[in-house]
Amino acid sequence: MATTKRTVEVELSTTGLDAQGRPQRVPLAVDEGGNVLTMEAPLGIEPDLSGEHMLINLGPQHPATHGVLRLVLELDGETVVRCIPHVGYLHCGFEKIGEYRQYNQIIPWTDREDYLNSPGNNVAFALGAERLFGIDITERCTVLRVIACELSRIISHLVWLGTTCIDIGAFTPFLWAFQQREEVYEMLEMWIGARLTTSLTRVGGMGADIPDGFTEKLSAFVRGFPKVVDEIDRVITRNGIWVGRTVGLGVMSPEEAVNYGLSGPMVRASGVAYDVRKDFPYLDYETYDFDVPVGTNGDVYDRFLVRMEELRQSTRILDQALKRLPDGPVNVDDHRVILPPKSKATSDMESMIHHFKQVMEGPRPSTGECYVAVESPKGEKGYYMVSDGSSKPVRWRIRPPSFVNLSAIPRMVEGHLLSDVIAINASIDIVMGEIDR
Amino acid sequence: MTEGDAVNGVNRDGSFAPVIAGSALGATAAPATPRNVPNRGGAPNESIEPMRQQFATAVRRVDVVWGETTVVVDPTRVHDVIRWLHDDPSQRYDYLSDVTAVEFRDLEQPLEVVWHLRSLPYRRFIRIKVLLERGAALEVPSVWDIYKGADWLERECYDMFGIKFAGHPDLRRLLMWEQYNEGFPLRKDFPLRGRFSRSEQLRQALAANPEARYSKEELSIADAFEDLPADMRRRLTTGERTGE
Amino acid sequence: MGLSPRPDTRLIDTSSNEPWITTKLDAFVNWGRKNSLWPMPFGTACCAIEFMATAASKYDLARFGMERQAFSPRQADLLICAGRVPFKLAPVLRRIWQQMPQPKWCISMGACASTGGMFDNYAVVQGIDSIIPVDVYVPGCPPRPEGLLYGIMMLQKKVANERSGDPSLRNEMEPDPDTQLYIPPSVIDEVSEPFGNSIHQTRSGL
Ligand code: SF4
Repeated sequence: MATTKRTVEVELSTTGLDAQGRPQRVPLAVDEGGNVLTMEAPLGIEPDLSGEHMLINLGPQHPATHGVLRLVLELDGETVVRCIPHVGYLHCGFEKIGEYRQYNQIIPWTDREDYLNSPGNNVAFALGAERLFGIDITERCTVLRVIACELSRIISHLVWLGTTCIDIGAFTPFLWAFQQREEVYEMLEMWIGARLTTSLTRVGGMGADIPDGFTEKLSAFVRGFPKVVDEIDRVITRNGIWVGRTVGLGVMSPEEAVNYGLSGPMVRASGVAYDVRKDFPYLDYETYDFDVPVGTNGDVYDRFLVRMEELRQSTRILDQALKRLPDGPVNVDDHRVILPPKSKATSDMESMIHHFKQVMEGPRPSTGECYVAVESPKGEKGYYMVSDGSSKPVRWRIRPPSFVNLSAIPRMVEGHLLSDVIAINASIDIVMGEIDR
Repeated sequence: MTEGDAVNGVNRDGSFAPVIAGSALGATAAPATPRNVPNRGGAPNESIEPMRQQFATAVRRVDVVWGETTVVVDPTRVHDVIRWLHDDPSQRYDYLSDVTAVEFRDLEQPLEVVWHLRSLPYRRFIRIKVLLERGAALEVPSVWDIYKGADWLERECYDMFGIKFAGHPDLRRLLMWEQYNEGFPLRKDFPLRGRFSRSEQLRQALAANPEARYSKEELSIADAFEDLPADMRRRLTTGERTGE
Repeated sequence: MGLSPRPDTRLIDTSSNEPWITTKLDAFVNWGRKNSLWPMPFGTACCAIEFMATAASKYDLARFGMERQAFSPRQADLLICAGRVPFKLAPVLRRIWQQMPQPKWCISMGACASTGGMFDNYAVVQGIDSIIPVDVYVPGCPPRPEGLLYGIMMLQKKVANERSGDPSLRNEMEPDPDTQLYIPPSVIDEVSEPFGNSIHQTRSGL
């Protein structure tokens, strides 16, 4: 397997870590000579304070919870003893609505569920629906979808980077990240006409082929983007504050990470080389040359490093996809799912019937079920669809990666300080739209 | 850093040795994107043969649908089957992808509870199903003791379908609020827009006081419980919630 | 012992070159208010991402006097509700609105916040105006940053035209104590009826 381990090492040029790689402790008080004063514990602890725990409610409206997450924290002093998460503040009934919509009509909902990764979700859903219809997509469509997936991985990680930097106290990377996002937005807008909620795919193809000038823009982006990543890298990767606030937090061992069902950068930071693109490939990912970064410590810092490396690897994949983009049709030639061209639908009897049937009844797959998983920026995103032969699925289940990742937060924040809860929570890369659905 | 350095998966410097998915397969060919998958039929997963031998009667049916192996098992033995799949060294289904349920539009058809399992070392995928007949109790064993990740997945399934997972440590509603009393949204007899009128739904939602929405468990951890007024304590202990 | 010298009574020294103007108090106060709105983003879903894009480098919300974003309702003038509001969140939104001190305004950003958008189902409030009063609705799913900026500029116009003599200005709306609703239940039921295409999409089979 082509997994290489990017050795994740911290060489510090600034203070923040001691020789063993642990965050340095800053003495609270020094005397004139610069010697550290030891503090005497007050004689006899006040009886009322010992053992009294405090209840802190974080959220649901708190800027650092990345959405409407609510954490109830039991604190001993400033140390978290227990954490009770409450989710569901953004429960919008996606799965119920899916049962009332035809397959192509569901695609706009997939945009809005993990809204940082809309093109990726569109692709995942289309792959699942195509499995149910028994369709194999065209070559060009496969490559276009890879481009969509990797672009959306980049913009999703950029939001994660920007917001996490704000949480931990760095504002500049947020502005840089959003500048790059705007570039990607411009490309998506060229392609499909929307910035965020793209609805890029259709069952059996894409909503649109890429326009003229897209490939030039994309290759310019592929050339320019790594420089920005390097710049962000230079600013924060060895920054003393960053390292001090992330190293050693929220450690999950590999066994635990797998047992808790973590996926994506979360599980890879814990040293488990599991990537759906490599292990259960789709869209011909096995033919692309890319590495899966794997952490060695499973803490917040490793998750950050893994995501940074994934940004670079995604650029690599984009580069290869651009080089191999074949000509040819984008949509499959299957009148069950793809509408005939308008000119034919008004002149050719058969096309007209197909058009009528598709519009009035909707495409109907055969009975069956499938679970199609893709590697979303947050982890293993699965769509489980059950069809009873009608034009609407009986069940459209979303397997949300950040939901499962977040369910491990009580385990991760235990014993850490209140301020570290923010860093740990940010490292999960939660999207409430996906968690609550 | 090689794996030889590691003791129990932890290297000398405290970092983890990497765990590689597909490692149990040796040097077999890398997996490829599935193509031309048939609707029905095809070779089932390699775990099926040993499973049949181990649980002859518990395995009710094996289907291969769109290339994915689906095993329907006896509701009473499902926990044993999953435990075996997880523990057996030649299976090692160590990753729980999903727990969910399916209700069909045809109300005669049984309700299905579905587990999606992955074996990372062997790169296998299997779907375990239990059929709950109409009228039977909606109860299946929890797999929380095998996979910690099942915690919220099962709670969500309970919240949406009303299926009880016996053995789950904390089976409460997860997505809907705890006092939600319209039913289980993903059941087919639940209307898309809910059972109550919009104004009633809004009235019920606004009646909840967001500051008084701590559960008894949460209040008691902070010892705030003892300080509450007597009648509120009484209401909490009888299961009534504050803010109602 | 004499008296201390009297203070200079000429408050405005018209003889010097200090520039000064006369204006209406309303115009002066409103000018200040409209150019230093402190927005509190109540971002729940996708629209919040577009809100972030609006605040970030390219669109730069700070140009409109919104450099400082308030993340506490106690120090905010403008609530920007960006995203869907499910019933579970409704009491939270209501509480946040009540915590904001006067003067306060509200922008409902996006189709979901304004009308429930594409989520006409059991979980989502069909428009936040049934929970809190709204000044400006910004349509779109999500609205483009330009759209949000336009909405903000409309609000600024509204602020600029306020008259402090208006007795209804700054009235804190009190919800009905029994139902906690601002609007009569029948009106809520009426305005949240399904309309357009969604009437035909109530059956799950076909
Ligand atoms: S209006 Fe559209 S983009 Fe905004 S929150 Fe609703 S679904 Fe998301």
